[in-house]
Amino acid sequence: MVPSSTFFTASPHWHWLIITYFFIGGLAGGCYVLAVLLDLFGRLVDRPLARLGYYVAFPAVAVGGLLLTLDLGRPERFWHMLIQSHTFRPMLKPYSPMSLGSWALLTFGGFALLSFLAALAEAGRIRWTWALRLRPPEPLGILVGIVGGLLGVFVAAYTGVLLAVTNRPIWSDTPLLGLNFLISAASTSAALLILLARRRYRSPSLAALERFDMMVLALEPIAIIALIVSLGSVARVWLGMWGLLLLLVVVFGILIPLVLQWRSAGVDPRPTVTAALLVLIGGFVFRALIVLSSDAAHWRA
Amino acid sequence: MPPFRTSPLGIARAKPALEGSPVMPEPMGFFTDTTVCIGCKACEVACKEWNQLPATNGGVNVLSGDSYDNTRQLDGTHWRHVRFVEQFTPERTDGRWLLMSDVCKHCVNAGCMEVCPTGAIIRTEFDTVVIQSDTCNGCRDCIGACPFGVIGINPVSNTAQKCTLCYDRLQNGLEPACSKACPTDSINFGPIADLKALAAKRVGTLHERGEKRAYLYGADDKMLGGLNSFYLLVDRPEVYGLPPDPKMPSRNLVKGSVFATVGAFLVGLLGLFSFRNRGGD
Repeated sequence: MVPSSTFFTASPHWHWLIITYFFIGGLAGGCYVLAVLLDLFGRLVDRPLARLGYYVAFPAVAVGGLLLTLDLGRPERFWHMLIQSHTFRPMLKPYSPMSLGSWALLTFGGFALLSFLAALAEAGRIRWTWALRLRPPEPLGILVGIVGGLLGVFVAAYTGVLLAVTNRPIWSDTPLLGLNFLISAASTSAALLILLARRRYRSPSLAALERFDMMVLALEPIAIIALIVSLGSVARVWLGMWGLLLLLVVVFGILIPLVLQWRSAGVDPRPTVTAALLVLIGGFVFRALIVLSSDAAHWRA
Repeated sequence: MPPFRTSPLGIARAKPALEGSPVMPEPMGFFTDTTVCIGCKACEVACKEWNQLPATNGGVNVLSGDSYDNTRQLDGTHWRHVRFVEQFTPERTDGRWLLMSDVCKHCVNAGCMEVCPTGAIIRTEFDTVVIQSDTCNGCRDCIGACPFGVIGINPVSNTAQKCTLCYDRLQNGLEPACSKACPTDSINFGPIADLKALAAKRVGTLHERGEKRAYLYGADDKMLGGLNSFYLLVDRPEVYGLPPDPKMPSRNLVKGSVFATVGAFLVGLLGLFSFRNRGGD
């Protein structure tokens, strides 16, 4: 029997540039949202950690845009995603995740830049005092944070929906990739901030972030199991090497870091560093696995 | 205004759409009767010649090694592909060849067009689907979105390409190169309504003659709103490498977005609780 009609389609050959973008885009959106949450709901002591989130988000989204452009067959035509090349009118298809994502990336990049400048100004690295108003608790800053944060969530999740809105094996055989990418973006972003912050801010902020990461990591295996169940008979593609890799991701990228963080619980920093590194590697391999294993599914009569 | 050249079956008689023409162009397409295909590949050659498609591998011949089908697939430089299905018993005492000249289906609801983020993929006045090479930027979303795996990157332009149903010929009142070259009228070109009537008649004839397996694939509007290139087959679709149940990419859009949004709320709440409720800090 044919497992799915998706097995008759052709691969778009989205490989390492796209996988890396999926990973970095998740980090950009995730770190930004964590920073906004810390700004809005955290305490004064959390501000340096939030600043770190903004420092990561803007360069990450810029690199992400660059990776996407490089992956195009005609990189010099990247602007065709935004402007219709024949009429010079705006190009937007709300029902095409790639079209919507292009605009989200652009606008998120703008907000990430504003917050990046605000963070630099607050740290005294630049002397633009007006930039201080672009961060909560300033009213304008709250607006920037909320709009930018929503765009950040979109950037972290739409890549999974984009894969689902094709006709490729695995990608289009489940509606849960957006959810899985989002959760993975949350855990990898928290891990990256923990890793970057561990020396400078050995603070209650970091403990809160570790607590958040533990909860997200606990959620992740449930989302992955739901993903496998939703694939039904298509999941058979993962029997063998891909399944083994997924198992390694779950064990070394989720469960072991969870146990390490649980046991150290903000006392001993060393296991936390290992845990954060494992979470980051796991998040990258998870995306690579989803993107590449699709090409392994063929139909032979 | 030149009319379409009439094929021996007399079905290619639509008027092309020219400026100032009072005649509205009709939906045009192909009906491919696989039972009369002899696998000569004249359609492949005619397509390559007319559309100036480059040779694979710089012209160095690469044989598939297990079939007379060395083209293997539709892609950016193969817009026609004669599929050879070799059905033989293990001892090769009995068997049959199924031959099918495959091409873009010019779907009424086209998945490629739906996802294209640049607007490069358009629907023409003939109800066909065409990729504009000067607009496409090679993002390859359409390649994964096509339910039939028809599209590929043409290495000359580095853009996504596929059959245009010879849009340039149609605009000048000529029938597409492949159907023009087909020596057995396996590939029939004409207005969709006429093709459907012809196809229904052919199925009836085959059933009368005892070939009860004959049926039409993609002729009615149940499949993606109808395929403007549809087929007469005598075995299950998957035997010919065709999906039994092709769907639109957007089927996952709302579901996928809803699940992602629920996830976002959940993760957001976790963040809120982690950063706000800190009793002991």
